[in-house]
Amino acid sequence: MYSQGLIGADGQTNETPEFLETFQKRIDAEEKVEPTDAMPEGYRRTLVRQIGQHAHSEIVGMLPEGNWITRAPSLRRKAALLAKVQDEGGHGLYLYSAAETLGVSREEMTEELHSGKAKYSSIFNYPTLSWADIGTIGWLVDGAAIMNQIPLCRCSFGPYARAMIRVCKEESFHQRQGYEIIMTLAQGTPEQKEMAQDSLNRWWWPSLMMFGPHDADSEHSDQSMTWKIKRFTNDQLRQKFIDATVPQAEYLGLKVPDPDLKWNEEKGGYDHGEIDWDEFWRVVKGHGRMNRDRIKDRRAAWERGAWVREAALAHAEKRRARKIAAE
Amino acid sequence: MTQSMPLWEVFIRPRNGLAHKHAGSLHAADEVMALQAARDVYTRRGEGNSVWVVPSAAITASDPDQAGENFEPTGDKIYRHPTFYEIPEEVGNM
Ligand SMILES: [Fe+2]
Ligand SMILES: [Fe+2]
Repeated sequence: MYSQGLIGADGQTNETPEFLETFQKRIDAEEKVEPTDAMPEGYRRTLVRQIGQHAHSEIVGMLPEGNWITRAPSLRRKAALLAKVQDEGGHGLYLYSAAETLGVSREEMTEELHSGKAKYSSIFNYPTLSWADIGTIGWLVDGAAIMNQIPLCRCSFGPYARAMIRVCKEESFHQRQGYEIIMTLAQGTPEQKEMAQDSLNRWWWPSLMMFGPHDADSEHSDQSMTWKIKRFTNDQLRQKFIDATVPQAEYLGLKVPDPDLKWNEEKGGYDHGEIDWDEFWRVVKGHGRMNRDRIKDRRAAWERGAWVREAALAHAEKRRARKIAAE
Repeated sequence: MTQSMPLWEVFIRPRNGLAHKHAGSLHAADEVMALQAARDVYTRRGEGNSVWVVPSAAITASDPDQAGENFEPTGDKIYRHPTFYEIPEEVGNM
């Protein structure tokens, strides 16, 4: 995602019409906006919020998968999962750096995540109950992330677009290793196939929710599209994702848990059943199964690491003083 | 934490024969840790064989408000480009 379903960004802005028009002309001409350029306050605020949510999602997203590293079924799987989780940490760092160019500090962003003020993708508030979930996450969750992130490579804000280019290069391995895990299970014993199906049943709908509310209910979508922060609407991306994923499930002999799923010849895509938006908002508002654990774990990591950060700074200071004394 | 971690800019040389190129930035307590973090964050897939880290605070940048003044004057100096001059074809490549 992890930012397509941007939650609650406020693109309101109160610059003069002339200023906004000049800015819009630059955007329409596909010029990139760099951090030191003049920009509407609403544009800046939307980006800080969106890039922040995206960064937090990468970092929190390490937790559900980290849960299985020590229990990976083989060394090959363990090495791949470790590398993937490390990549997600890297993605978080590229994104925090991009947000920092807009004048928000890393400490502020961390603080907002820990206090619950900043959101992250709702998908990471679901538990990883079986090894199959690691496969499903790579296949569906990273798959949805890729759908979303490819258009973000053309985002009008330069640092965000550049971070996305790096991220996209790394994502495709994530999805492929996930699909390979699920394929191995789907082609294995009946119990293994059942495990894969159970996992798909639990993750399908939450994955569709990653794209955010329906266009009709997505308040700030229009402004983000006009500013070319977003290139596609939530529903457009969700449709692309479904159309790409259903044949992949068919190949595995797994059943997508949607009785209303049907190919629509006329639109050249699948029709799907109703998404449970009550569940989506419940999870966004903090009442998913894992919300509390995720924040508790992030806080614990931050607090338990405090002495390391302090010691590193103290050591740096000591070395600096020694160097000056020696000169 | 009372003091915040200094910011570093990271430059990477993709391979010998090419210049170091800006790759991104990161926070680290000192240059030793900055180098280590740069290696982990920016070279996980053979992106380079050499890394520089520079304290962001040590970089002096041109003033964005003076970008016009600084860089626009070159726009109309087309005589600085070879295509401005007409050389007969018989003379050959020049
Ligand atoms: Fe990622
Ligand atoms: Fe990923």
